Amino acid sequence: MILSAIAFYAFAAVLIACAALVISLRNPVHSVLFLILGFFSAAGLFVLVGAEFLAMILVIVYVGAVAVLFLFVVMMMDINFVQMRQGFTDYLPVGALVGIVLLAELLLVVGVLVSAPDGALAAGPAVPTLGTENNTQAIGEVLYTRYLYLFQAAGMVLLVAMIGAIVLTHRARPGVRRQRIADQVGRTRASGVELKKVTPGGGIS
Amino acid sequence: MNTFPDLAPAVPEIFLAVSAMGLLLLSVSGGDRRMPLVCWLAVLALTVTGVLVVTSPSDNAITFSGMFVADGFSVFIDVLILIGGALTLVMSPQYLKRENAPRGEFPVLIVLATLGMLMMVAAGDFLSLYVGLELQSLALYVLAAFRRDSIRSTEAGLKYFVLGALASGILLYGSTLVYGFTGSTNFTAIANSIAANEAGPPLGVIFGMAFIAAGLAFKVAAVPFHMWTPDVYEGSPTAVTAFFSVAPKIAAVALLTRVMMAPFAGLAGDWSQIMMVLAVASMVLGAFAAIGQRNIKRLMAYSSIANVGYVLMGIAAGTVSGVRGVLVYLAIYLAMSIGAWAVILTMRRGAGLVKDIGDLSGLARRQPLMAAAMAIFLFSLAGIPPLAGFFGKFYVFLAAIDAGMYTVAIIGVLATVVGTYYYLRVVKIMYFDEPAAAFETPPRAASAVAFVTALFTLLFFAFPAPIVAMAQTAAMALFP
Repeated sequence: MILSAIAFYAFAAVLIACAALVISLRNPVHSVLFLILGFFSAAGLFVLVGAEFLAMILVIVYVGAVAVLFLFVVMMMDINFVQMRQGFTDYLPVGALVGIVLLAELLLVVGVLVSAPDGALAAGPAVPTLGTENNTQAIGEVLYTRYLYLFQAAGMVLLVAMIGAIVLTHRARPGVRRQRIADQVGRTRASGVELKKVTPGGGIS
Repeated sequence: MNTFPDLAPAVPEIFLAVSAMGLLLLSVSGGDRRMPLVCWLAVLALTVTGVLVVTSPSDNAITFSGMFVADGFSVFIDVLILIGGALTLVMSPQYLKRENAPRGEFPVLIVLATLGMLMMVAAGDFLSLYVGLELQSLALYVLAAFRRDSIRSTEAGLKYFVLGALASGILLYGSTLVYGFTGSTNFTAIANSIAANEAGPPLGVIFGMAFIAAGLAFKVAAVPFHMWTPDVYEGSPTAVTAFFSVAPKIAAVALLTRVMMAPFAGLAGDWSQIMMVLAVASMVLGAFAAIGQRNIKRLMAYSSIANVGYVLMGIAAGTVSGVRGVLVYLAIYLAMSIGAWAVILTMRRGAGLVKDIGDLSGLARRQPLMAAAMAIFLFSLAGIPPLAGFFGKFYVFLAAIDAGMYTVAIIGVLATVVGTYYYLRVVKIMYFDEPAAAFETPPRAASAVAFVTALFTLLFFAFPAPIVAMAQTAAMALFP
């Protein structure tokens, strides 16, 4: 019990620290790296509450794909982040207002939960009791049976999205060197090697 | 509980999905010079799918835990959609070559959009409805922006995408409300839940139904959700516009019909009013807004809006004869609309396809056959007997009058009269104005499509019985 409490506070503290660093660091690459650490901490929190499938998805999708993509974009695009930050103070009032409203709402939710826990939780526990050992298995059991049609149809939608992205952006550029494996395999000694007579002291022209 | 679902009712869709992926492989491996081959193979795939649809036992087969429904209604609509897709693809190779955009992905995207439409028509659940709708829409967004070097085409794609996404959002919001108040996304379960409520349906369900109707009205381009139509029709490549004006429209109308008749059967009094307002607004605006148009693609866009109005009148009736009218109308609309687009696709002059209506002047003297075909389609769209368009309107008006919707029917007839004016204006320009410069030789495929559909439109009055009987059977499937 005490161990899970320690783990929770450790993950939560790291998560909040990471979130603060993501928006305050000057170097965008460092920001993205702390974002990744933040995702990992959030995944840890998910494991602690028993949502191991969400935790794995968070690591695989957000860390493995989204954050790495962010990193690529940040590294490859030449954005002047110092210039972008110059409008920071102009947006501060609106940003602060949104932050204050958000904080007030959070306090309201916590206040209701603390003052009347019976009323807030009357609808029953948020997590239904599963017939299986873990929720990964529970999702797997319906995904490929009950929702097989939707799963496959969603796959077709993604295929169309991929074709669409290629159709709308890909341009055949002339003069691009491509690897031609058949040509490489079909190379013979005659086409690949040339014997030259080297005269002593003369070199090769 | 966890048994593998029965795949038999979905065989046509599965076949089409697999052949779309096969065509994609073929077009990727062969490059753009394989485009005509891929187009013709796609036509073959759509034809085979059509045969599979017709031969499948269609006695209301439900599979995939109620998400997929194959019944007489879906068979009728599937065949129309497949014909629309196949005719577009027949005209595409020559069009794409002349437009200098021979890309192999074009037929693949058309096939995938068609697959999405078949899935929409077969939806038995709001989840499968949404996934099918998105598959269709996503492919159509890309097709609208297919000429990515043209500003108008990219604008059309972007506009369609933004407004389509908005419509999908509205639809989803409605679905969540309905799910929240009935506890299910399945059409049958929703209908049972509404019927079981003795104190009348909860307000949330009516709200959700209104949002769903609005989202689908966007997809069928009914007034006041029509704003995207003229711009998208004008900007998209013309072969794509031809496809837009038939297949997605038929699919969305079918979807709207099924959603209103199946899960919301208990709310008929509520949605009937929505449909009537949409129908009247579409018929009137379609008739009046088209008068000032100079661009032929925009004219056809407003014409399609007006046509949707008549179709919605059949849905508003909410009876078997109303749905029968809708189905007959869709079948005839498919022929005359794709035919008119085929004629437009044949008329090319140097820089590009004909744009302005004035460019058609004196067509009757240059190309009498093409002008005659166009005149047949325009007279038919105007609803002049004995052409097919008259019968389409006839069955819809009949259903509306049977259902006691006299005001709507009278407004519809008056809108038809106004609509006749702008159709006749085009005919007058073609037949009585001084000939403009000659067009290039018309491509053979589009001419053939124009010829066949003109023949159908012209001779429909001689054999209306089979189609009306089929529509009757299909409509009965929605009323168990």
